[in-house]
Amino acid sequence: MIKRQIPLVIAFIVGVMFIIQFFVPHKVSQDALTYVNQWSIIIGGISILLGIYSLIHFHFISIRRGRPGWGFSVVLFGCFGLAVLVGFLPSIVLWFKPVQQGAEPGVWLGFIPLKPGVEEGSPLFWLFLNLISPFMATMFSLIGFFIASAAFRAFRARSIEATLLLIAAVIIMLGQIPLGQMIWQGIPDIMMDWILKVPNTAAKRAITFGITLGSIAFSLRIIFGIERAYLGGGKD
Amino acid sequence: MTPEKNNKTIDTILLIIFVAFLLGINIFLFSGKYLHFDTQGVGIVVAAFLTLAMYSFLYKDNPLFKIAEHIFVGIGMGMGVVLTWLQVIKPLLYKPLIRHAIFDNTPGTPDYILIVPMILGIFMFARLYGKTSWLSRWSFAFIVGGGAGIGIPVIINSLILKQLEPSLQPIFVDWVVTWQSINILLILVGTISVLIYFFFSLPHKGTIGGISRIGIWFLMISFGATFGYTVMGRMSLIIQRIQFLLTDWLHIIK
Repeated sequence: MIKRQIPLVIAFIVGVMFIIQFFVPHKVSQDALTYVNQWSIIIGGISILLGIYSLIHFHFISIRRGRPGWGFSVVLFGCFGLAVLVGFLPSIVLWFKPVQQGAEPGVWLGFIPLKPGVEEGSPLFWLFLNLISPFMATMFSLIGFFIASAAFRAFRARSIEATLLLIAAVIIMLGQIPLGQMIWQGIPDIMMDWILKVPNTAAKRAITFGITLGSIAFSLRIIFGIERAYLGGGKD
Repeated sequence: MTPEKNNKTIDTILLIIFVAFLLGINIFLFSGKYLHFDTQGVGIVVAAFLTLAMYSFLYKDNPLFKIAEHIFVGIGMGMGVVLTWLQVIKPLLYKPLIRHAIFDNTPGTPDYILIVPMILGIFMFARLYGKTSWLSRWSFAFIVGGGAGIGIPVIINSLILKQLEPSLQPIFVDWVVTWQSINILLILVGTISVLIYFFFSLPHKGTIGGISRIGIWFLMISFGATFGYTVMGRMSLIIQRIQFLLTDWLHIIK
């Protein structure tokens, strides 16, 4: 019972409490929401560490067993260590060499700004700006090449549906570039605008209704203990 | 030589050429004072290397791309640890609770109620040990139940009621047909027909089939618009990356 029933009771109590909380616009109710939201953030934060532990464990096993591509895991560990070091370095240096209240923390070793966290100018911000940001931008732009090749297959006007897809996509694409305006100003101003505001809105609205009703049904199933997938499998 | 071995040799040669090219260009850029040997200059070189390594996937999945991939995951993981500490654990758990237990002279009173989320968080790690893994369900139940409870009224309010309001506008004002009234009617017809298309409890034959066909047309226009937007978004990213390589790194475009 303790293993299966208590989680269901917790989900029910917390779920119902939050539904009721929405309809009680009292300070106590608002404070309770803020407080429990903070709890969720703490649990979520700790769960991120669990995820990171799992990834480290996987790559550690890869290196230990010498799986194919274990060298890449070494690169991963090196970068992980670098990011952790760079992230905590300003705090560690400032711990040993505290600066006066209100004074600028300055630069360490002539090139490492002692700004903690991810604020602009901090070492971690440098990593984000020069590693994470270009990587993500390039990754998303890379998808552009594959989308372009997929377009050749999707844009064959073989039926009414495919033709509508083709026309809408061409108008939207032309509407966003100077060529579209050069052909006819009405492409961005009238045609693109109408597609986005009328048929696109209608379809998106219906899809939103569907998703929302599905989400509500799923949430109710969780609260009433019908949906138990989050408990995981096993005999316990 | 087998074709596989032949390919491997070609790949190794290409990799060496790429690294040599990168080294040569960067030596030229630094020695020619196009780039300064400071945090900004080194940052540009690192970003350029990552950009080119990622684009090397267009040739095929290769070690250079895999290195870039693992660099990203490693840095992302490290940042995850640092940010979790700085933005979650330190302000929400360490300062109001744990610090009081470690240091005697900490000002203020400890917030003991935070022991509950701390324990629930620690229970998450119980998942790693077979015999105690059931304890992690309590934490999941809290997160999942709370999410479901917060979600229901919020999504009813923002995604159903707020969306219904503009869908149920008067089509004709004083029985005058305007461009706007046609658009309102079209949105209503589109929304209902798409909803009917997704309603599988009735067979899509006869009238229902006809209406759902109209729904498909609306969906296709919407998908086309989304596709067009996505393509253009990606294209602008490609242009941005090429601009970065030619302007910030190589200084070909001033």
